Amino acid sequence: MGTRDTYTVETTGAVGAPATVAISGRLGIGAVSSFMADTKALFDEASPSTLTVDLTGLTSIDSAGALALMQMENRAQAVSLPLAYTGMTPEVRSVIDLMDREALSLPSIHPDQTASSFFEGVGEGCVVLYRDFVDIMVFLGDLIIVLGYSIAHPRSVRWGEVAFYMKKAGAEALPIVGLISLLIGLIMAFMSSLQLKQFGANVYVASLVGFSIVNELGPMMTAIIVAGRSGSAFAAEIGTMRVNEEIDALVTMGSNPIQFLAVPKVIAAIVVVPLLTLYAMMFGILGGMIVGISGLDLTMYTYLHHTFMNIDAWDVITSLIKAGVFATLIAGIGCQRGFQASGGAEAVGEVTTSAVVSAIFLIIVADSAFAVLLHYI
Amino acid sequence: MEHNNQDSVIVVEQLVAGYGKSTILDDVSFRVAPGELLAIVGGSGCGKSTLLKYMIGLHRAKQGRVLIHGVDIMSADEEALNQQRLEIGVLFQSDALIGSLTLAENVALPLQEHTDLDPSLIYLLVKTKLAMVQLAGYENHYPSELSGGMKKRAGLARAMALDPTILFFDEPSTGLDPITSAELYALIKNMNRTMRDTMIIITHDLDLVFTVADRVIMLDRDKKGIIAEGAPLALQQNGQDHRVHDFFNRKQAACL
Repeated sequence: MGTRDTYTVETTGAVGAPATVAISGRLGIGAVSSFMADTKALFDEASPSTLTVDLTGLTSIDSAGALALMQMENRAQAVSLPLAYTGMTPEVRSVIDLMDREALSLPSIHPDQTASSFFEGVGEGCVVLYRDFVDIMVFLGDLIIVLGYSIAHPRSVRWGEVAFYMKKAGAEALPIVGLISLLIGLIMAFMSSLQLKQFGANVYVASLVGFSIVNELGPMMTAIIVAGRSGSAFAAEIGTMRVNEEIDALVTMGSNPIQFLAVPKVIAAIVVVPLLTLYAMMFGILGGMIVGISGLDLTMYTYLHHTFMNIDAWDVITSLIKAGVFATLIAGIGCQRGFQASGGAEAVGEVTTSAVVSAIFLIIVADSAFAVLLHYI
Repeated sequence: MEHNNQDSVIVVEQLVAGYGKSTILDDVSFRVAPGELLAIVGGSGCGKSTLLKYMIGLHRAKQGRVLIHGVDIMSADEEALNQQRLEIGVLFQSDALIGSLTLAENVALPLQEHTDLDPSLIYLLVKTKLAMVQLAGYENHYPSELSGGMKKRAGLARAMALDPTILFFDEPSTGLDPITSAELYALIKNMNRTMRDTMIIITHDLDLVFTVADRVIMLDRDKKGIIAEGAPLALQQNGQDHRVHDFFNRKQAACL
């Protein structure tokens, strides 16, 4: 293509009279655009009565060139202009014969997907949501059965894998969870102190930060970080396995893919997320304390005293239970989305995104439920 | 088949190739004439696929040259290399169609990237290429909706999108049933005859070799190079080396 494609067109014949177009050289993909412009000009300006296309000098042609010749024929046909070829070599003919005119006019088997109307869109969206809900419930049922079996038969659990995912989702998340919790503690203490200072209520910064970190922000932020780090990884791993038929292979070997792949991840998450939450609570309180000591003239003793005045063991226990539920949701939805993947590489991307979005959504929903529930207990 | 440097579409000269410290190909030289259909055969691990990677400019050799249309792609800069890449089409072993694009979009991709053609003309060209591989009407299908044989043919349509003068096939018959493979062989032979493209086929499928190849090069893992070269039937009948004889006569020893 490119520079190799040099052709020349010579036109003889007066306006309105029979014309001859002689094409020589190579008519290839690099020359097709200009060739079509040339022939269009010929039709528009010379408007010949008959057209003879002389291909004697044509050394070679590719399929794009053959298509250009065909387009020229179509144009001639449209204006009822008789067109004939002369000097066509067998080589050129064989390339032109490759063009399948019937196939070119054939419509696509799948029509282009047209955009659906607003109401169709809403309807489809609802159906998708409903099916998704059913899928998640079915998976949840399977998961509970398999987890129950695992508790009854602890030897069936791949503990090596559990340790591996505990390291991946837990130990490797320590720096980021610590940093984010510390910063959240700092920000909350700083922002609330601006208001509380006006009333001379500096010391309540400690209660506020401690209470909110332990009850809400600690479990929630940890869960969101784990969803982003590990929920996505679980979905991508299982999704890739699904796409590569590895899951089918597991099934044919008589393994239960949920037992084999999901259970270790869920157990690992249930163990590490509460631990990470405790760790996040400590760092959040530490962040608040940094502001309290440096900016509010509180002593470490006063700060901690006021912090723990408002928190009892029950708060910590409910938060850890919450964290355990969040962990089940994150790992469960990550695995479920992974198993849902079908198609190619882009399906893995889709399920990964979906795993993180669904996990965060479910975390918030579960957290609201806990807020109401704990209020009445 | 003797021809000089100018005539040859591809010239491989004293190529030394390998990964890390290990050498897989040592001092390999051969030429490919215009319009020739060359098969490169050999047992598993003999370096066939490695050789292909060097010929399509994916790797740079430790030593030696690979000339495509007289340009050494081992020493060419990225721009010159890309210019040569327009001259070659590759059908990968795993068809390598882009899953998020329809067949039409897959085939149109090189046309959109490298030509200034009108979108309507590109669409017609895409239909033409798909019709050539008997996939007319499948423009809006996604690769995941097709069978293995159809994906292979779609891969071929994409490889031919820019009407390259050289086509490489990496194990084209892998995963295809005998009938689908036979159809693919006929398609390859037909393309070679009508478009007069130079074709290099990496394979260990003897049916493919005997049906389509003009000439065969056989590589060997121990020699790290070429152990035989010639017409397929000649090698089958007069192969001096026992490895060549066994391979072409499907003796079990060749599998060891």
